[in-house]
Amino acid sequence: MSDRSFPPRAWAIAFAGIARRETLRFVNQRGRFLAALVRPLVWLFIFAAGFRAVLGLSITPPYQTYVLYEVYVTPGLVAMIQLFNGMQSSLSMVYDRETGAMRTLLVSPFPRWFLLASKLVAGVLVSIIQVYTFLAIAWLWDVRPPVWGYLTVLPALVLAGLMLGAMGLFLSSAIRQLENFAGVMNFVIFPMFFASSALYPLWRMRESSTLLHDICAANPFTYAVELIRFALYGQVNWLALAVVLGCLAGFFGAAVFMYDPSKGLWARRKGTA
Amino acid sequence: MKHLLTLTPALVLFGLAEPAQANRVFVTNEKGNDVTVLDSQTLEVIGTYPVGNRPRGITISPDGKELYVCASDDNLVRVFDPETMEELHTLPSGPDPELFVLHPSANPLYIANEDDNLVTVVDVKTHQVLAEIPVGVEPEGMGVSPDGRIVINTSETTNMAHFIDSESFEIVANVLVDSRPRFAEYNHDGTKLYVSSEIGGTVSVIDPATQQITKKITFEVPGVLPEAVQPVGVRVSSDGRKVFVALGPSNRVAVIDGETDEVRDYLLVGQRVWQMAFTPDEKYLFTTNGNSNDVSVIDVASEEVVKSVAVGQQPWGVVVAPDATAN
Repeated sequence: MSDRSFPPRAWAIAFAGIARRETLRFVNQRGRFLAALVRPLVWLFIFAAGFRAVLGLSITPPYQTYVLYEVYVTPGLVAMIQLFNGMQSSLSMVYDRETGAMRTLLVSPFPRWFLLASKLVAGVLVSIIQVYTFLAIAWLWDVRPPVWGYLTVLPALVLAGLMLGAMGLFLSSAIRQLENFAGVMNFVIFPMFFASSALYPLWRMRESSTLLHDICAANPFTYAVELIRFALYGQVNWLALAVVLGCLAGFFGAAVFMYDPSKGLWARRKGTA
Repeated sequence: MKHLLTLTPALVLFGLAEPAQANRVFVTNEKGNDVTVLDSQTLEVIGTYPVGNRPRGITISPDGKELYVCASDDNLVRVFDPETMEELHTLPSGPDPELFVLHPSANPLYIANEDDNLVTVVDVKTHQVLAEIPVGVEPEGMGVSPDGRIVINTSETTNMAHFIDSESFEIVANVLVDSRPRFAEYNHDGTKLYVSSEIGGTVSVIDPATQQITKKITFEVPGVLPEAVQPVGVRVSSDGRKVFVALGPSNRVAVIDGETDEVRDYLLVGQRVWQMAFTPDEKYLFTTNGNSNDVSVIDVASEEVVKSVAVGQQPWGVVVAPDATAN
């Protein structure tokens, strides 16, 4: 496969085609956009409001003072939006494979990594629109990070979105049928979300269980949350950045490998078919 | 001339951008038996100094040369050099001094003796007791009118604000307020007196001229039980527009519009917030949070809590040094 034979315009056309399909899917499925917003908003309005008095308030970086629970949980909910979005694009990959649309995509002469990356980037763009809409509503709910935080959070959103999207791609390569997706929900999304720093700070986890704390500290999703949390306050959490970059590379590499016809699942499939 | 013209905007900008003066912030730690000193600009702790047993009320002379601390369990007021934190001398205070107020002219000092139902008046120059004024049961809050003519004492069990003539040391009026009045504070032109009632959960606004309550401010913090809303410290900005009320175990400071006396917002601070102090430029307001052992810093203009800084054990009172006059 010689990548260099294509002019830049061709690459752009290929990316635009994939991005357009992803955007169309997003635009045409208004329900999906609403659902993506309702989920975190329910957490913010109901769960966080109920817990504001129950949970102790704490000062952990990047916060300089005490914060209300809804302020604490907001970066976690932002990451939740991106997690669901990543899983959603993984679902669409499985769907594409079942309907045969993926075959059309994969016969493209462009390198596989490029096709997968285009799909990933298109998905991240969609998740970022969702996140900013959510942050706008949270602002009305008195969750108000510093104004410039809305800008500094953008690179963190791109990276966290890419990491979670790449994880979705990797998972989609391993899921054979659409019906299995519910299993992914149960075994990936919920444990990842709950066993992280999205809902409670890690020090509070340690107070109740060291094991739970260690699990949370080993969860890549924790670092996506912390990267977003710090960026929302104009700071960089270097450890989180390193973990997110590492996981992004790992998941994306694994996805490219798995989608390679001569290796991964496709090869195995051929063997069993 | 041309140079001068180009220089002028730069000078103006420089003048505006010039940072406010750093002042020392003194916080008494009731349980730690010491005072934590902070820098009002960096908001960092400079040092911690022992100041006697159970330090509570704290104030500083207008020239910034003498720091007064109520050492409640030592039954006296200790006086320190604010720069070195060396003890200069002590003042007789009567038993269990809790809070006091310095006359605007820097002398004398009016001290509430919680256990003895007295207000003791002490001359800070001669160190002599000038008078012992019998007041209601459990005196605590002390305020003074801007013109220095009236001293207010609140008695926690009698539930009264006593108006005391600052020269004749006679009570001239009593105003019944809600349960357990803790603190009294005038606005800067002396047209309003705010008295907080810890158990009653209200702040009474009193017209000092008629000694009538003109309004009672009530508080309702979302998600907090009403009994946890216990108003204690009150501070009024010098333009009278902003009134801050520390609401104890509700961990909030209420921001009140000083013209309408309506609550505008509740700011989340540390646990059990009692006393507060402005910096001289009123950029910041410091609050003492007794249960979380820290001080929260409120940005007065934006009405936001910018930072909480750990201090000693059970912070109680706070005062900020005035701007240095001669340097």
